Amino acid sequence: MTEQTLLSAKDKATVKAFWAKISSSGEAIGADALSRMLVVYPQTKTYFSHWKDMSPGSAPVKKHGATVMGGVAEAVAKIDDLTAGLLSLSELHAFTLRVDPANFKILSHNILVVLAIMFPTDFTPEVHVAMDKFLAAVARALSEKYR
Amino acid sequence: MVKWSDFERAAIQDIFSKIDYDVVGRAAFSRCLIVYPWTQRYFGSFGNLYNAAAITSNPKVAAHGKVIMAGLEKALTNMDDIKTTYKDLSVLHSEKLQVDPDNFNVKLFSFYCLTIVVAGQMGAAFTPEVQGAFQKFLAVVVASLRKQYH
Repeated sequence: MTEQTLLSAKDKATVKAFWAKISSSGEAIGADALSRMLVVYPQTKTYFSHWKDMSPGSAPVKKHGATVMGGVAEAVAKIDDLTAGLLSLSELHAFTLRVDPANFKILSHNILVVLAIMFPTDFTPEVHVAMDKFLAAVARALSEKYR
Repeated sequence: MVKWSDFERAAIQDIFSKIDYDVVGRAAFSRCLIVYPWTQRYFGSFGNLYNAAAITSNPKVAAHGKVIMAGLEKALTNMDDIKTTYKDLSVLHSEKLQVDPDNFNVKLFSFYCLTIVVAGQMGAAFTPEVQGAFQKFLAVVVASLRKQYH
């Protein structure tokens, strides 16, 4: 089963339209989502022990939040074939970073929390379900190369 | 026995004092039915759940949102012994309603939808630390609901 069968045309259109509205806030979204993940799910801090400062809003958190959202932006652009589009990112996560894929769900949840806070009127239930499905599809594509 | 820090107690009380139970209950329960449509399984008697618009305007959905919030308020007023407070509710969910307990956990109503709706209501006041306290409260609620399943 390929990614294409899991996101409907409507899902993709919803994600692209919402992304167009929010992409300029990408860095802020990433920084806040990552901050929340590190505070609310402290076990995730184990991946960042090389950072001097893991506190919300710190420089490494901001920088990495921007990196992560850059990946999400790429996923939106390649939404019609996430597996192929995110191939090198999948290899990075599988072989170099070795992030336990369970953590993708955790980060996705925190991204959705931030979207609810930053875009209360635009983050409707319809957008919520499309974004939830999209982030799950991204997580799946990132897990492709793990084994 | 769950230990609550002063910060956690204050944060959780503050959230519940600020949110509109009717609005939040209805919005969170609607999102659960929309974002995780298999949960509709338990609400066959609710009438039209055909699409998001039908769900958000369904009066039975709104009424049930209130029921859920009332349940959470019980936990709020008995924070030091949610397990005992929830004994009958747990039995209800397992024996009478036969809800798969995975539905309370992880992704669904408790953790994700309610957290997301409360975040939207509270805005920037829902800091990472407040989110942590709220999710811990929900985790205790979920564990207590699961307690009487055999």
